[in-house]
Amino acid sequence: MTVEATPEPRLRTRRKRPDLLSVLGILFVLVIVAWLLVNLIDDPQQFFNVALIGLTTGSVYALVALGYTLVYGILQLINFAHGDVFALCGLVSSSIMIGLFDLSGSEAVVVIGLGLLGTLLLTMAFGATLNASIEFIGYRRLRSQPRLTMLISAVGMSFIVQNISLAIYDVNYRSAPPLLSSEPAFTIGGVSMSWNKLIVVLITIPVLIGLTWMVRSTKQGKAMRATAQNQDAAAMMGINVNRTISFTFLLAGALAGSAGVLYLLQFQMRYDTGFELGLIAFTAAVLGGIGNLAGATLGGLIIGFIQAFNEGLPIGSPGSDWTRSIVFGILIAILVFRPEGLLGERTPEGA
Amino acid sequence: MATEATQTPLIRKPSAKPTIGWIIGIAALALAALYPVLYEEMLGEMSIPVFREWPSVSTAVIMIVFTMMAVGLNIVVGYAGLLDLGYVAFYAVGAYTAGWLASGHFQQVKIHILSSGVAADLRGIHVNLWVVLLIAGTITAVAGILIGLPTLRLRGDYLAIVTLGFGEIIPQFVRNADNLGGFNLTAGTFGINPIDSPGFGTALNDSLGLPISFQQSFEKINLFYWSALVLLLFTIFCSIRLRGSRLGRAWIAIREDETAAAAMGVPLMRTKTAAYALGAFFGGIAGAFYASFKGGAFPSEFFFNISVFLLCMVILGGMGSVWGVVLAGLILTYLNQEGLSNIGGWLNNETPLDFEVAKYQFGIYGVIIVLMMLFRPVGLIPEGRRKQEIQEGTATDTLYGERHE
Repeated sequence: MTVEATPEPRLRTRRKRPDLLSVLGILFVLVIVAWLLVNLIDDPQQFFNVALIGLTTGSVYALVALGYTLVYGILQLINFAHGDVFALCGLVSSSIMIGLFDLSGSEAVVVIGLGLLGTLLLTMAFGATLNASIEFIGYRRLRSQPRLTMLISAVGMSFIVQNISLAIYDVNYRSAPPLLSSEPAFTIGGVSMSWNKLIVVLITIPVLIGLTWMVRSTKQGKAMRATAQNQDAAAMMGINVNRTISFTFLLAGALAGSAGVLYLLQFQMRYDTGFELGLIAFTAAVLGGIGNLAGATLGGLIIGFIQAFNEGLPIGSPGSDWTRSIVFGILIAILVFRPEGLLGERTPEGA
Repeated sequence: MATEATQTPLIRKPSAKPTIGWIIGIAALALAALYPVLYEEMLGEMSIPVFREWPSVSTAVIMIVFTMMAVGLNIVVGYAGLLDLGYVAFYAVGAYTAGWLASGHFQQVKIHILSSGVAADLRGIHVNLWVVLLIAGTITAVAGILIGLPTLRLRGDYLAIVTLGFGEIIPQFVRNADNLGGFNLTAGTFGINPIDSPGFGTALNDSLGLPISFQQSFEKINLFYWSALVLLLFTIFCSIRLRGSRLGRAWIAIREDETAAAAMGVPLMRTKTAAYALGAFFGGIAGAFYASFKGGAFPSEFFFNISVFLLCMVILGGMGSVWGVVLAGLILTYLNQEGLSNIGGWLNNETPLDFEVAKYQFGIYGVIIVLMMLFRPVGLIPEGRRKQEIQEGTATDTLYGERHE
């Protein structure tokens, strides 16, 4: 009798709880949509300009978030140092632009284009090497240890990389020379997209397509997916697991490098920029479903839009003082209510 | 019960005989208790190589307070194995509770409860600081439960990131909450100050009819020191007693293998929440005491680095090892407050090196963390059980790493 009686109420609560939560969730989303609509009707031009800012920052977030998601997918490790790798890459790219290529923004368009491309490639190579070295020094030996060990080591690595930036570039903010004009590339109904914003999107899209193709269709990508699923089985199938993991870190570092260049083209950076941006990007990765490439991109864009709307919309926006709280609030809500993220699949062990 | 006693070599029964450990402990305690006197009499003028001088008494107070927080964090990270990267939030809650209950921040009201050492006509809420410490501990524990309840279902690394999120949200909230619908809750970036200091026996002094000059014959900083020491000893005592308790053994079971612990009937949520609440409790007391010592709660102090600093103490000392954490906490806080700048000064003056040690302090902590993880993950003074786990592995290990290294 008692045995039969106990599961009953439990079942009932199970069935009831998602309902209440989804009602709350829908209400919340409705409020947000209403807020966006009010702003859209009030000043459509401002709305779309803000949305374009969101698209640009969101693209950078997406690139950083992909680095988190790649590493998490293969090692189940939150690579805390990733944000700092991104910041160091951005700072190094400023040195490359100014010191190595001597760009000042007054050159011919072709020179600027080639210089930017060179900077991008060199920075990506730098980021890849740095990230793979971090894995080699800090994480590889710890793979057989309890998982927290590697995570703590990642926190330590983050501080080390941040202090390397501090040692080289001191506490001053750095920015790129005005290479790209802020002249509008095109204007539709008063909404204009300037060149320095457009280039971010122009670089991000091919990178994303290339990455997706690589992971889905190449042999190396297949090895990565196999290693992510089961390292032992992958090793038995003849996959060099150490090399595959190194390659993943190389790839993530290259993405951080490209994100660093693109971020520097628009904003100022210094040694600790990477910490907060890294957290935001990680939030984006979790939002989209960690381990999922499309999810990280989607998450990055959503966070970019949220931040831009929060800081830029004229009516009822909380303002930039609260950006961090809002982003982390979203992170916590996602982890609590839908740990697998927007596009992720629910794994048996949960999140 | 009998089987439990024979089968679990979990806790070594403290032996009654005076061992070397006891002797060291009593000597250290005597030294700690007499430190302000020693400092005044001889250590203050003495200079030592490299470190230059002994830590001042006020540095010693800060050392003790941070060590107390580290011992609290050790309950969460060391005992229960829940990586908490936002412990600074509890420190902030404790400090602001002291700010609300023992300062002139709320000028609208005038409430005095058992207050001592505070002029009776001051406006604001003035509760006796010793009571405030308890209240702060309780409120922080409740905050720990509130943070814990929704998040503790998550796996270890997600928990780390959520606690980190809370550790970032609370300081930002505190910074921005000077105008919540027109109400000034936290005084924004200026922080709440001044916060009352503890009465230090004013009431007792008066009731015994002793002259006020008797009480004033004690240096206030020394009184702070001794109170901090008592609080630290209380924390250490509780934390050691907790480890051997039913709850403590449940934490260790969860740390080693959550699934197995659940199968053995350990209620996961309740046990984890208890770890959070108790860890937060001590963090809150330490935060409130520190706020009173400094005379204010300032939002600029609650940043992520403090959480990592505390975590570094726990790791360096040895996760789960109370004495290790105490030792590491004292050393690291000393280095943070005085040591690193002294060493830096020594390096620049006595050697050809030119290196600002204090500027790179967090880089140095980062190096410590990574090196410890790589070469001695059990810490300076390892806890026996933890050592076993690291050497023999726990249930989450993959076979892969061992074979291919």
